[in-house]
Amino acid sequence: MPTTANLAHTPLHDWHAAHGGRMVDFAGWSMPVQYASIVDEHNATRTAAGLFDISHMGRLAFHGPDTAKFLDAMVTRRIADMKPGQIRYGLMCNADGGILDDVLVYRWDGELQSMPNPPSFHMVVNASNRQKILDWLVDRQVEFAARTEDLTHSTAMIALQGPLAIEKTDPLCDCELTSLRYYRGIATRVLGHDCYLSRTGYTGEDGCEIICPAENAVEIWETLHESIEESEGMAVGLGARDTLRLEAGMPLYGHELSENINPLQAGLDFAVNLPDRDFIGRDALVSATEGARPVRVGLQMDGRRAARDGCPVLEGDKPVGTVTSGTYSPTFERPLAMAYVKPAVSAIGTPLSVDIRGTQLPATVVPLPFYQRGK
Amino acid sequence: MNPETLLYAKTHEWVSLAEEGGSKVATVGISAFAVEALTDLVFMELPKVGQQVKPGDSICEIESVKAVSDLYSPVEGEVVEINEPLPDTLETLSEDPFGAGWVCKIKLASETGLDKLMDYATYQKACEEEAH
Repeated sequence: MPTTANLAHTPLHDWHAAHGGRMVDFAGWSMPVQYASIVDEHNATRTAAGLFDISHMGRLAFHGPDTAKFLDAMVTRRIADMKPGQIRYGLMCNADGGILDDVLVYRWDGELQSMPNPPSFHMVVNASNRQKILDWLVDRQVEFAARTEDLTHSTAMIALQGPLAIEKTDPLCDCELTSLRYYRGIATRVLGHDCYLSRTGYTGEDGCEIICPAENAVEIWETLHESIEESEGMAVGLGARDTLRLEAGMPLYGHELSENINPLQAGLDFAVNLPDRDFIGRDALVSATEGARPVRVGLQMDGRRAARDGCPVLEGDKPVGTVTSGTYSPTFERPLAMAYVKPAVSAIGTPLSVDIRGTQLPATVVPLPFYQRGK
Repeated sequence: MNPETLLYAKTHEWVSLAEEGGSKVATVGISAFAVEALTDLVFMELPKVGQQVKPGDSICEIESVKAVSDLYSPVEGEVVEINEPLPDTLETLSEDPFGAGWVCKIKLASETGLDKLMDYATYQKACEEEAH
């Protein structure tokens, strides 16, 4: 079993360890993969509420009059026209259009924040990419009146996801969370502490994410935990976070996304705004030829044996792609996977097979996401 | 079976040795510690009767929601019996890992590997160290 000695700890680390969290190395952080059962944690999130420590995610803050211009030049999604309180999902690419990371960009109104030195933007990046993205941004901010600050260690990030998430978080906040729209955020107080609250998540459920000062994390976490426990909610580790996002068809960096994959192959066209702007990687994406590169698809399989990252995808005997994520789906009680396959075999309904350690099992291309919550 | 009288491999298989028809037969299963660590089991493949195995050979796979794990043979010999209903009743593994959750019986061809097995107390200590 891996030693967790030299790993970074979130402010909630000791809580996890004291509550049965199985701590593993995730991108250099000691994180709970599960407390008891991944399936129970998964189902609690789908039916009640799941509480996630996502403090390992990189949190960057931006200051300076040119920040909007700066980020607009860095991110595939249009940033310049964002209004305070808006949040957008986008990619950061290299000049070849390869994905450096997928990120959330938050636009804030400085005057509405009571904390000192309020930023005009936040960006949340993957833990595994934090240093790379920080270096990338700091190297490029010199051309702009903009400055990047790493808030990862001074803050914590807590997600509450599931049908009860909003009503369980609302009583703790100074704002009216129920009227906050999806992909909107607000600077508010949670249990009297200055926080950023957003209606976002990585599970396919409604819910919210809280960025709070590191020293208030345990209080906020324990209050939420106590409240959801009364309603069949529970703390959820990274294991169920992965099965939830997979069902929701959401890509994960290092699996569906990498510097060798561009946003169009990944099916993330919605997060790429090409007209009337310039950003790193734009030229490569404009000239990217459709049909030339493998594309991301969903695969559904029968039985109980899950295709995993790296399993070859075949059409007959012919290799046509590779699985990038796969699991046994607790919601659908069958194996589901995401894969990159040749465009010629990417149509919905195409019968393929997956080679799972030498055994070929049938798989069918199905639409993503696998799971969509009822409206 | 009483877990305190079994032998254990460091890869978490348990072994019970018995004499059957003049030869030594090892009943092999997965320890409660390992089953607890795996959790959320979804799939298992049994070894094949007649299969010749050596210590450390992967003899079958067990899969949880999170990952696939191998079961390793703790001994050298031939698989002579398998617990056929087990893959369809994976809950048996957590309910009775040292009894109804046995995986297979291996007729020993030699003593190879037996000296590497731990007694209960030593195994408990190894598990405690692994858990920290």
